[in-house]
Amino acid sequence: MKIGWKRWSVLPGFGLAMGYTLTYLSLLVLIPLAGTFLKSATLTWPEFWETITSPRALASYRVTFGTSLVAALLNAVSGLLVAWVLTRYRFFGRRFVDALVDLPFALPTAVAGIALTAIYAPTGWVGKLVPFKVAFTPLGITIALVFIGVPFVVRTVQPVLEDIEPELEQVAASLGANRWQTFTRVVMPAVWPAVLTGFALSFARAVGEYGSVIFIAGNMPMRTEITPLLIVTQLEQYNYAGATSLAVAMLVVSFGMLLTINALQWWGTRRHLA
Amino acid sequence: MTPQQIAERATTEPRWIRWTLIALALAFLALFVGLPLAAVFVSALSKGWAVYFAAITEPVAWAAIKLTLLTAAIAVPLNLVFGVAAAWAIAKFEFRGKQVLITLIDLPFSVSPVVSGLIYVLIFGLQGWLGPWLQDHDITIIFAVPGIVLATVFVTFPFVARELIPLMIAQGTEEEEAALTLGASGWQTFWRVTVPNIKWGLLYGVILCNARAMGEFGAVSVVSGHIRGLTNTMTLHVEILYNEYQTAAAFAVASLLTLLALVTLAAKSAVEWRVRQQLKAARHSHDEDLLT
Repeated sequence: MKIGWKRWSVLPGFGLAMGYTLTYLSLLVLIPLAGTFLKSATLTWPEFWETITSPRALASYRVTFGTSLVAALLNAVSGLLVAWVLTRYRFFGRRFVDALVDLPFALPTAVAGIALTAIYAPTGWVGKLVPFKVAFTPLGITIALVFIGVPFVVRTVQPVLEDIEPELEQVAASLGANRWQTFTRVVMPAVWPAVLTGFALSFARAVGEYGSVIFIAGNMPMRTEITPLLIVTQLEQYNYAGATSLAVAMLVVSFGMLLTINALQWWGTRRHLA
Repeated sequence: MTPQQIAERATTEPRWIRWTLIALALAFLALFVGLPLAAVFVSALSKGWAVYFAAITEPVAWAAIKLTLLTAAIAVPLNLVFGVAAAWAIAKFEFRGKQVLITLIDLPFSVSPVVSGLIYVLIFGLQGWLGPWLQDHDITIIFAVPGIVLATVFVTFPFVARELIPLMIAQGTEEEEAALTLGASGWQTFWRVTVPNIKWGLLYGVILCNARAMGEFGAVSVVSGHIRGLTNTMTLHVEILYNEYQTAAAFAVASLLTLLALVTLAAKSAVEWRVRQQLKAARHSHDEDLLT
């Protein structure tokens, strides 16, 4: 028996669970998000456009997307390396290191922000050793974003590496492939979707990141001001129209990235099954 | 060389490459994860234990700790109930639009924390949709505790649901169907069959949800108004101290949050193993069904 959009089942509670889910989701997420878009609709188009393309906003996009891109690339490379080492090699303290990878998920971003600033400020442990300025420059922002993004690539690549059957690599070797050929022709094609997904996840997280960045950034308009901070600044000046316009621009970008990530994951599982 | 050694050599790297890769990975993690961790505790104690204890026992710090605990105590159970309801509907039933619903539940993760706070300001703030009405009725949500709780619920929204959905999909519906056939009621089936099956996944989701609830900064900072002793959470208190150049005190409060993060990691790795066993057991029995 099939009624409309739901297949019949003996299990009870669908109405209650679904009703609760949809109500809660609508009240807390969908309606507030829709409210933001509606609020921006009360602005005139030139007003909206002028805000999101003002020189200061454009400069903040350059800083935000530039540092996020570099950080996500660094995370992709180092994340693959860490995932490889954790799944393939046995060494003392491996389980401890494995748990530590998730620290950036567990540590409040504000704590990460002040800790990184202390390390990379001109008088800090690392800041003192290097001949150039790290904190209060885009380089400092990138470092904070690398910290935040560490777990994403590691945790998406790790399960895929674990699932690759050893027979596959043995076959490659027995057919005369050297280790590098096996890695590039057998292992890499299998983990490539996961690396890309991890890269996209860490990029998406970096673009919206606030807490860990604002301490180390120095927050100079046009040079080290990220878009989320610009939104907060507008809000503190009671410029609600400006804050809303920038927020809508950011939401559109976030949703676009969410769709991309979903597509990547779908591609990854399809390749996995094939 | 025995054939086995030859096979091993063909499928793993020479020893020097292995150790180079391990060293590189550890160096990266030490620089980006280990160093900040150490910096928190070293800076917290840089002025001695007396300053440390003064910083974490002053009344304003206590108010911040209490507010953080209160916020988590409201946000986590709310999202726990939601997560179970959503996972029950999604995993145990077949309906159209399931993927869309899963994506919508994940939505808060892709929104910038700052925007997560802002959306509530635009609804409940003075300039927001409901602002004038709330003011007429003397209800304050923004720059008050309710706003902080709302923003925290939003940023921790998907945690429990996204842990439970894959687990419950893997477990299928056979055990529940069997319980119902044997005469159990719906709620009995849920409490006696489903809950024991998902308890580790549930706990795992709660651990992650709680860590984020207590550590959230951006979203809370937008809705809080930073009123000392009233609407300051621990992370906001850290920010204020830091901006006032009370660095040791800022790191002292930050060290409490760091300890919480370390406890979270330990609990997470302890539970993770059991979640994997539960998932494996579910997949295994499913495979057996397919074979017979």
